[in-house]
Parts: sequence; structure tokens; C-alpha cells
Amino acid sequence: MSVILPIEANEVAAVAIVRRRQSLRRNLVTALLAILVIAAFATTLMAGKSFVGPLDVWQVLLGTDMGGLNFTVGQLRLPRAILSIVAGLSFGLGGVASQTLLRNPLASPDIIGISNSASAAAVVAIIVLGLEGSGVALFAVVASLAVALFIFLLSFRRGGFGARLILTGIGVSAICQSIIYYVLSRAPVWDAAEATRWLAGSVNGAAWPQILPASIVLVVCGSVLFNRANALETMRLGEDTAASLGVRVNLSRILILLSAVALIAFATAAAGPIAFVAFLSGPIATRLVGHSGSMLLPSALTGALLVLVCDFAGQYLLGARFPVGVVTGALGAPYLIYLIVVSNRAEKS
Amino acid sequence: MTTTTLRAPDLGRQTRLRLFWLCVVLGLVAICCALSIAIGARNVGFGDIVAAFGGATDTIEQAAIAKRIPRTVLAALAGAALGLAGAVMQGVTRNPLAEPGILGVNMGAALAVVIGLAWFGLASAQAYIWTAILGAGLTAVFVFAIGSLGRGGPTPLKLALAGTATTIALASFVTAVILPRNDIAEGARSWQIGGVGGTSFATIWQVVPFLVVGFGLCLLSARKLNSLALGDDLAAGLGENVVLARWLASLGAVILAGATTAVCGPISFVGLLVPHICRLIVGVDHRWLLPFSALGGAILLLSSDVIGRTVARPGELDVGIVTAFVGAPVFIWIVQRYRGRDL
Repeated sequence: MSVILPIEANEVAAVAIVRRRQSLRRNLVTALLAILVIAAFATTLMAGKSFVGPLDVWQVLLGTDMGGLNFTVGQLRLPRAILSIVAGLSFGLGGVASQTLLRNPLASPDIIGISNSASAAAVVAIIVLGLEGSGVALFAVVASLAVALFIFLLSFRRGGFGARLILTGIGVSAICQSIIYYVLSRAPVWDAAEATRWLAGSVNGAAWPQILPASIVLVVCGSVLFNRANALETMRLGEDTAASLGVRVNLSRILILLSAVALIAFATAAAGPIAFVAFLSGPIATRLVGHSGSMLLPSALTGALLVLVCDFAGQYLLGARFPVGVVTGALGAPYLIYLIVVSNRAEKS
Repeated sequence: MTTTTLRAPDLGRQTRLRLFWLCVVLGLVAICCALSIAIGARNVGFGDIVAAFGGATDTIEQAAIAKRIPRTVLAALAGAALGLAGAVMQGVTRNPLAEPGILGVNMGAALAVVIGLAWFGLASAQAYIWTAILGAGLTAVFVFAIGSLGRGGPTPLKLALAGTATTIALASFVTAVILPRNDIAEGARSWQIGGVGGTSFATIWQVVPFLVVGFGLCLLSARKLNSLALGDDLAAGLGENVVLARWLASLGAVILAGATTAVCGPISFVGLLVPHICRLIVGVDHRWLLPFSALGGAILLLSSDVIGRTVARPGELDVGIVTAFVGAPVFIWIVQRYRGRDL
């Protein structure tokens, strides 16, 4: 007994040290991400075709009359920056929640067709039903929930989901895509260029009526997700283990999926399906933070940072003006292929 | 002894049945061609159609018909090429989900053409076609290499996943290349979705030699595909050069897919849907399956084009959108039906 005890104490101490180190890294990286998001937000407000000093920006934010600056900063850059953050946070949260829940990095809403069904519903709501603002978002969320349910029911087998889920989602995606093109071609003013821009995902011309519903949903569903963060983490160990540890598995699963889909749908209705942000945020955050604790906050911040930076790059750094979705698409595409290569290789062992 | 006596009349009946179906399918092709010429955004009379075939373009109706004739020919050729390419790819990879659209081959051809347009100033149709075939070939090799990694080699789902992921990735590169270039954007956008409208006989003649080579390679490999279907070891035992057979058939399919994409843009799901339906009708013998798939592809693309012209009047829906709407549910259905440990 006296021989065993010191070893145990050592091991406990070692585990404690590793844990402390991990959580320190986690907190540091998260704080750093938050600072970067704020810095990118400030840069978006200040820099552009014309540079506006930080003090002037501050004055505009306070509501002082600054002449032309009120328009440039207050009405062009501010809504754009805020929509970028809201959409980025929503995509990051929704993506990592479903990736963690389904235990598959490919199972992000933009790969398995949920984002596309939200945009199809949004297009139908705007052009066919003539809805506006939160009506569009509500319609999008109901439709994408139905589609998500459809995909899950089709592809669920005993032992969970697998490649079947991804491929079914890709098929559903293709159907939604053709619905989008069909409806757009029926639109009174068929502007192919504008449609392509929106379909790639763009925060161009952001306005408060778009931003408000997405922000409210971000707050509500975000809190639900953070409330379920522990359950989500425990369920990674497997559903039986989680249940025996006192997690209400079914309730948590439904709440998490509902929130993730709602986040994605509202953000898509506001900003279009910004390609691959949901898919990329979680894995990037995991790389930065390491595998410890909940990935929700780091992923959300990564998503916001991605959208802000890619939007800025797409506007000013690449020569031509790209919508943000094209930049994130070009970033995410190689990663998608890399992921397939790695996951196929991993099967070897 | 008993088996042969039982089989002989059976085979005869099967052949008769296949010939009957061949007549049905040929009839359907003819009907679809007729519909494709008669139906469109503008209603035309029978007299105009006859006059237009005589070369008259005096009235707007006759001019519209004159536009629809090359379009119909192209839709039939492209559909046949895609249907055949799909059947061959399914045979070569022994994979029910293989198809030039899903395996990313069409999108690879599209990306190659778009890059050529944007940076290398491609101008002639010949240059388009060669570039497209090159892109198609590279993508096919790439997707197959990724899909073959890991245990069990290229299982259907791994290959389909690699292909669809590559398609998504390449599609976002295509958008990135096209979007800032307004000079090529307008033309490229409709082409990017996949359409047969606005073509001319001059363009079609450019692509015909490539299609002939592709059709030839594919149809000649029918017997080899039958051996391959038994498995590589058995095929080798039957004296088949497995590797050569596979490469020749794949080359044919890639040429067909690339050449079609060069003219029509990436059209998905035709090569998936058609061989599956044809297999229900004529069975798994590739000597029958391949020609039927070609004819079936022509029917599908012609009818999809007619649908695209009628549902969105006065505008038009590109044929690629219609085939995706029809084909994607079939894709999902096949994914559902597929049982295997690699799910």
C-alpha cells in the first residue's frame, strides 16, 4: 500500500499538470482569438478604399455627426462588419456542434446539404412567396429542419451515421441547388451575376433588418449550445457512456441539432451560404487549442475571424472584388480534399 | 445437358426481348428529337418546321427552328456520350455510384477550360476540347488515387466521397476564376451549369471526331468489361489483360466526358441514372448495356432539355439543372440501397 500510493499520487499530479497546461493553452488561445476578432472588426471599420482614423470611427460609433464618414463607416462598413461577425459566429457554432455530435469532421451543415436547403428555402421565400426579413429566415429554418430530419432519417442505421450521411447530404444538396437555379430563373429581374454572388455567400450590402433576426437567434441558440456543452463533450465518449454518466442523451441531441440547424439557417438567410466556414472553423480551432474541453467558443471565434479576414481580403487584397464565400471556398476546398486523403489513409491501420 | 437445352430457347427469347426494347428506345429517341424541335419558348406550326428543314429562315418561327436543330443534335450526342461514359465507368470501377459528374471528371474538365480561358487565352473549339480532356483525365486519376487509399481499395462509397469532395472543391475554384472576369463571366456562367443552347453545327463538327474515338474505345471494350465484372483474377484467368482493358475503357470514358464538357459544361447525373435503368431492361451484359446506355442518355438529355425550355418560359433552364433534379434522388436511392461494411 505504501508502495502504491506514491505512484498514484505521482500520476494524479502528472495528469493534473497536463490538464492545467491544456486548459491554460485553451484559455490563452481563446483570448487571443477574441482579441484578433476585435482587431479584425476594427480594421474592417477603419480600412477600405479610404482610411478612417480610430478616433473618427469612435466618434461615428458614438453617433456624432461626422459628415460623409457617417455614411462610409456607419452605414457601409459597420453593418458589413457586424453581419460578418454574426454570420461567422453562427456558422462556427453550428458547424462544430454538428461535427462533434455526429463525430465526423465531414458532417458539417455545408457539406451535408443543410446550408443549401436553407438557401433554397430563402430563395423560394423571397421570390415565390414574397416574404421579407424575419419571415424569410423563419421559412428557411423550418425548411432546413425538415431537410435535416429527412437526411438523418434516411441515413441512420444501427451503429450511427457514416459515409451514407455525407453522400445522402450531397445528393440533397444537388437537388436544392437545382431548385435555387430554377426559382432564380423565374425571378422578374434575373440577374445572374448578383445571384452567383449571393449563392457564393456575401456580406455585401448588409442591412440591419437582415442582421437583427440572425443576431437574436445567435444569442438564443448560442446559449442553448453552451448550456449543453458538457453533454456534447460527454457524448463524444459514446452515447451509452454518456447516458451512464447522467447525460440525457436524446434531449441533448435534439436540442443541439435544433440549435445548430437554426443558427445555420438564419445566418444563411442573412449572408448566403458562405462556403466552408462551418466546415473549417471546428478543425482549425481544434488545431489551435488542442483536444481539451469544449470547442464551441474557440470555433465560433474562428468562424467570425475567418469571415472578417476573408471578406477584407476578398474586397481589397486580391485585385478583383470577390464575395467572401469565394475566398473561403478556395481556402476550404484543399482542406476538404486533404481530409478525405487523411481519413482514407487512417483506415489502413 | 439439361442446362443447354433449357438455355437455348431462353437466350433466343432474351435476344428478341432486347431487340424489342431496342426498337422502343430508338423510337423514344426519335420522339424526343421531334419534341425538342417542335417545343420551345416560342410555339411554331408544322409548316414552319418543314420550311426550316429546307433551310428557310424567313419568319421568326423558322429562325427559331433553325436554332433548335443543332441544339437537338448536340443534346442527343452529349447525352449519348455521358450515358456511355457512365456505364463504362461503372463497369471499370465495379462501382454503382461511378459517373463522370459524381467522380469529378466533368468538373475537372470545366476547371481546365475556365483556367485556359482566363489565363491562356484559349480561342478555338479544338483547344477547348483538348484542354477539357486533359483536365478530365487528370481529375479521374486524382480521384481514383484518393479513393483507393486505405483498406479495401476503391470501395464504392470511398470513391464517391472522393469524387464528390473533389467536385465541390473544383467548383469553388471555377467560381473563383470566373467571378471577377466580367468579359468571360456571362458566357461561362451558363456553361458552368451545363447547357446545350446556343450551339451551332460548326461547334458540333469540332467535337464529333473526339466523340467518335470515345464511342469506339468504349464500345470495343464491352467484352472486356464483361470479363472485368467477374473480378480481376478471373478476368486475368480468362486471358484478359486486366490493366490494359481498364486503361483503354477509362480513356474512352474520359474522352467522352471531357469532350462533352468542353461543349456543354459539366452535366451531372446522366451517366449515373441511365445505366441503372438500362441494366433493369437488358441485364448486365455490357455488349447490350453500353449501346442502350448511350441511347438512354440521349433520351434523358433531350427530354431534360425540352423540360428546361418549357418550365421556365419565357426563359430557359439549363439542362444541367434538370438532370440534377431528376438524377440526385436516384443517387440518394442507390446510396441508401448500398450495404457494406464501409458505410
